Amino acid sequence: MPKIMKPTRRDVLKYGAAATTALCTPFVSRAWAETVEINMLAWYGHGEPDVVGEFEAANNVKFKPKYYAGGDNMMALIAQSPPGTYDVILSDAEFVQQLNAAGYIDELNPADYPFDDMLYDDFKKFPGHWKDGKLYSVMLRFGHLGVSYNTPAVSEEEAMSYKAFWKPELKGKVGHFDWHLPNLGQMSLYNGNGAKLWDQDEAGWKKIQETTMSLRPQVGGFFDYGGTFNGLKNNEMMAMAGIGDWITGVLERDGAPVKSVVPKEGGIQFTESYSIGKGTSKADIAKKFIQYMMSPDGQVHSARMLAYPAFCVTKGGRAKLNEVDPKEAQRTGQVDGMPNDPITLIKDGRIHYRNTPQQQSLEDWNEFWQEYKNAS
Amino acid sequence: MTSREATKSDHYAIAWRLPLIVWQGLFFVGPLLFMVAMSFFLVKNYRMEAASQFTNWSRLLSKDFFWDAYFFTLFLAILATIITSVVAFPASYFLAFKASDGARRWAIFFLIIPFFTSYLVRIFAWQVILAQQGVINAGLSFLGLGPWQMLNTQFGTIVGYLVLCLPLAVILQTFSLASIDKRLVEAAHNLGCGRLRTVFTVVVPLAKTGLVVAAVFCFILCFGDFVSPYYLGGSKPPTLSILIIDTSKSGQQWPRAAVVAITMIVTLLAVALAAIGFAYKKRST
Repeated sequence: MPKIMKPTRRDVLKYGAAATTALCTPFVSRAWAETVEINMLAWYGHGEPDVVGEFEAANNVKFKPKYYAGGDNMMALIAQSPPGTYDVILSDAEFVQQLNAAGYIDELNPADYPFDDMLYDDFKKFPGHWKDGKLYSVMLRFGHLGVSYNTPAVSEEEAMSYKAFWKPELKGKVGHFDWHLPNLGQMSLYNGNGAKLWDQDEAGWKKIQETTMSLRPQVGGFFDYGGTFNGLKNNEMMAMAGIGDWITGVLERDGAPVKSVVPKEGGIQFTESYSIGKGTSKADIAKKFIQYMMSPDGQVHSARMLAYPAFCVTKGGRAKLNEVDPKEAQRTGQVDGMPNDPITLIKDGRIHYRNTPQQQSLEDWNEFWQEYKNAS
Repeated sequence: MTSREATKSDHYAIAWRLPLIVWQGLFFVGPLLFMVAMSFFLVKNYRMEAASQFTNWSRLLSKDFFWDAYFFTLFLAILATIITSVVAFPASYFLAFKASDGARRWAIFFLIIPFFTSYLVRIFAWQVILAQQGVINAGLSFLGLGPWQMLNTQFGTIVGYLVLCLPLAVILQTFSLASIDKRLVEAAHNLGCGRLRTVFTVVVPLAKTGLVVAAVFCFILCFGDFVSPYYLGGSKPPTLSILIIDTSKSGQQWPRAAVVAITMIVTLLAVALAAIGFAYKKRST
């Protein structure tokens, strides 16, 4: 006859205490080394492990990213949140001024960041990042927008002008990244407006609209990030306006026959910068994080970001990228002396920093964009 | 029943209805009223400011692009509703009258399965199917046909709408047809009514309510859908739901997006009420 176990009260207390200790141990150890949560407001990808993983592990922090799509969206998210909600804010450079004017970001100490190591003088005093001699944002990365194309369908020579979008063989095969700003900026460049692409009077604005409308029969669709990606990947779209290597680079790394170039009429630069949110209680770790992202290691993580690649802004970052991933450095022209070196393009005056329209409102541009999308 | 018992029963009924009323009030009527109020607000420096001005209404309703998007959305939703209802009916008829109970149960089960996966994921899968170098065009090339442009066209949008609505329409139509008293169909046959005539003079009128409800569901889902016109239609031209996204994205014009949303809600209510009125209208003798 099997022996029936009859635990005594002492047994219950003994094993119960052991079980409770075992179950509670993870919580106790977690409490000993409590992970600090950093709230980040950024474009998609910046708070992912491929970028922040090393920093998280080394500093026992955990990023809690809130992603946005577009500077307007970012401004609205901050405006609707209590002060101190975001510890670190990644912003498009053209919106830093507005962040500062609204009092959403803290002043930074220039001595904390490697300004002496910047690849280009402009990056040290980037427009809008300083006010009255005080620093509010540090430029992290940048990328260029131009003509993105399918290499078997469009030659590099053709792609060297926005005229490629009007190529008869591309009818119905030209896509737009669905945001008026870069697209209309490119049309302004095609009109020969150069450095004054954002600063157009009524006549200039009318001409931009006419040029854009003339492209409409060529257009196969208007896409968000995912749609743009798929459109190029499955050969639905042979050329794409409003984007650059930040999308084609991801596809190119996977072997797709797509490429982006800065055409002779000029290209547009998107610039992303880090600020520390006003009212944060974690300013020290936020500063440490920005310092990390500006270090050669951080710059390499940023340049190779899985979501979308961009260029390094520091000499140290570029050198490290050439050391750890020469193929990517070569592909993106981040090698001193290469003809498509992004810094050379800026110095040659072929690149214009993205901005908002100076003589029209964003609404005017958006309403025209709606008319354009509705046109046949 | 004494008056005391009646009062007790009223309280009992109210107690059961109260959660639904509170829920609807908090999460439907409340936000709806807020959205109406918001359509009169103004945006300054990316921040909404309470106001009571008609600026958003007058600015948006005076734009051609708004009305183009409105009528295009209406057209697509009506077209999709008609196609879905017509395509679903033979299948539903078969399931209700011809299929065995077991087969019907399996068919309903398979019709529910698509809802287990995200609609967005299904639509991305359809991109692969409809693409120029996709599955359909690959099949057509074996027959020496194509390639046909299906993705980023209105055809693509309609395919997406069918993906969204067809299973639901078949389920609703099947339940409606299955509840018809079969003896009435037999009586029609016994009186010499042909099969097709029986369908249109007996079956359809008897199932009218269910058929209309299925069509209304289809219209509502298509009219407000953002995914298909964007990812299969290429936003070319944009529908009202895409216009909401664009408007809210640019300058954070949520009040103007609210104007578009309210226009959509009013349209949906008008269509739904008219359709329900038609569905429950008694036949004149």
